[in-house]
Amino acid sequence: MAQIASITLYQNDEARPVMEAILQDNPTARVLNMPGAVKIDVDDELVINRATVEEKLGSEWDPQQIHMVLISMAGNLDEDDDRITLSWKH
Amino acid sequence: MAVKKMGLKQKYAHLTRGLDWETSYQKMDDVFPYDQFEGIKITDWSKWEDPFRLTMDAYWKFQAEKERKLYAVIDAFAQNNGQLNVSDARYINVLKLFLTGVSPLEYQAHRGFAFTGRHMRGVGPRIAAQMQSLDELRHFQTQAHTISHYNKFFDGIAEFQHMHDRVWYLSVPKSFFDDARAAGPFEFMIAIGFAFEYVLTNLLFVPFMSGAAYNGDMSTVTFGFSAQSDESRHMTLGIEVIKFLLEQHPDNLPIVQKWVDKWFWRGFKVLGLVAMMMDYMLPKKVMSWKEAWEIYFTEAGGSLFTDLERYGLKVPKYADVATEMAEHISHQNWAVFYQYTHAAAFHTWTPDKEHLDWLSEKYPNTFDKYYRPRWEMWAKMDEEGKRFYNMALPQLCQTCQIPMAYTEPGDPTQIAFRCTEWNGEMYHFCSDGCKDIFDDEPEKYAQSWLPVHQIFQGNCGGPTVPDVLNWYRLNVGADNMDYVGSPDEQVWNSWKGKAPAEAAE
Amino acid sequence: MPVIALDKDYAKKVEFRDNVNNFHGNQLTYVHWEEHNMFCSAIAFPLPPAMPFGALVSEVIAPHYAAHPDAAKIDWSKVEWMIDGKKVTPDFDKSLAENGMKHKSLVRFWTPGLNGYKGTYS
Repeated sequence: MAQIASITLYQNDEARPVMEAILQDNPTARVLNMPGAVKIDVDDELVINRATVEEKLGSEWDPQQIHMVLISMAGNLDEDDDRITLSWKH
Repeated sequence: MAVKKMGLKQKYAHLTRGLDWETSYQKMDDVFPYDQFEGIKITDWSKWEDPFRLTMDAYWKFQAEKERKLYAVIDAFAQNNGQLNVSDARYINVLKLFLTGVSPLEYQAHRGFAFTGRHMRGVGPRIAAQMQSLDELRHFQTQAHTISHYNKFFDGIAEFQHMHDRVWYLSVPKSFFDDARAAGPFEFMIAIGFAFEYVLTNLLFVPFMSGAAYNGDMSTVTFGFSAQSDESRHMTLGIEVIKFLLEQHPDNLPIVQKWVDKWFWRGFKVLGLVAMMMDYMLPKKVMSWKEAWEIYFTEAGGSLFTDLERYGLKVPKYADVATEMAEHISHQNWAVFYQYTHAAAFHTWTPDKEHLDWLSEKYPNTFDKYYRPRWEMWAKMDEEGKRFYNMALPQLCQTCQIPMAYTEPGDPTQIAFRCTEWNGEMYHFCSDGCKDIFDDEPEKYAQSWLPVHQIFQGNCGGPTVPDVLNWYRLNVGADNMDYVGSPDEQVWNSWKGKAPAEAAE
Repeated sequence: MPVIALDKDYAKKVEFRDNVNNFHGNQLTYVHWEEHNMFCSAIAFPLPPAMPFGALVSEVIAPHYAAHPDAAKIDWSKVEWMIDGKKVTPDFDKSLAENGMKHKSLVRFWTPGLNGYKGTYS
């Protein structure tokens, strides 16, 4: 069974560009909509690219702004100035 | 020459490496007296990596913004009389249980992480624990502020902190945290940081806050998700601490495994209260406890423990028993509160037909066979004017302190009894998991403050039930008993222009 | 396993909270009616060790289980007893202590032919 890398975000306008960027950059992503929250699952690795979020948002976005819309996650996290990765790969 | 702006990794490295020093006037072992007696071996603290790399300036900036947003919502909620828009006043009982049972744990976590942060020799975990300590204080405060609005209209809320220290069922979450805080700093980190925050907290906040959203409680959704956004950082700390300990020395593995086994089981038992909230207390339901367990333990925990296999760490002992119990725990817990409703600081009710059908659908293997007949029996007794109250006090488990209401693995018709004889006295347990925990440290759990025994010893206000309820500061006739016929129901019906329900409905 | 504590004398300083001496001459007794899980768990009572077993049945057990529809049908002469894991035939005229019951003993009993509401163990 694949290990699931996962992120749960607010269901709101601030989180929407992030969600759209995830769906674009992780084509196998699966979405679970809950009241107030959205959970996105990807097998093994989930990537959020700063450039894609900025393209969706139409302005600058610092990956640390994820803290404003984040509810939960699964996977080993790696974060730098350009991307956030949640992964079970080694 | 222009100064180049530092990157995230560089800034974090300065904060967590450059600002630390070795003491010279005092021995390091005297400055950090708590980080060795548990047997954990650390050879190189500098190997600690915080993947979020949050610096203090960024921390304050984000937290301030979260607070501003949250308080804007709370203000709007109060100004617009948001309490009128919840699905049903039964819902408020979820908040009562949350505020009396969970919010004081946030405060305990604040204290626990402040202590741990002080006593970790490495600066990376010290900073992470400090941030978490501040987060937990914020959670406690925002929860008390948010729910205080409901205190203007509903019973059972005003004395939450006092009740947390005294009321029988609240000794379950209270003793859980007392246990963690009475351990050493590494066990505390595994207990709360890893087992609770990483493995189990999603089961508390995500489905529960989604439940608040679905039941029209905008203010609780907002504090819940605001707290949960910190929780992701706490989860990262939890997984980091376990990887760090396992990478530092092979001797750490058996110690860590023992703590993971213990705290998984302790946490699972406490979360039985959430199971009950989800299956019985939310008027509009988001998912069943069993479904939440599948998503957040079986699936998410499965990925996690597969990852940790490379260190030799195994899935917690009795995880299979817990998964089997996911079929039963919410029903067994709500039955406890139903029959002790006279001694509870929130209201209870029998599920109506639509609710019973939902439970039958969600628990096809067990509900019709074991639990539906019980609710139908009680509803019938109620109709006949013989509403069932259990007038004796229950036997409690020495470890988890919950009434021994759980059935044998593989046989839901029979209550599980486990017993150990130690130091010339018998000790009783609800499960193998709880018995193992006692057997490992009997000196600790022989000190359990079991509410039933304390009542019999005369330490809880007096010998009669009214004496004890008075000592709890439980307002008899308002805070306790069934929802139908309560002042809460009256106020709700007056807002909604409805006639009160018949008591026997 | 002994507790792992910073204080080497931890075990000597422990207060064992439920020592029988704290119960004013009584000892704790737990009772459970098997196959009747309407009562969510065993129930607890502080009782004098000199109390006759028959009084335990008539004054403590019977009234506390009376709410169950099966309760009126119990034939106490046919009840099967288990004390602390052993099947026994208690002597109703003898005391709890003489029947081998100690502080925190657990008394479980089965009522043959009666197994809850519509036979569902409730």
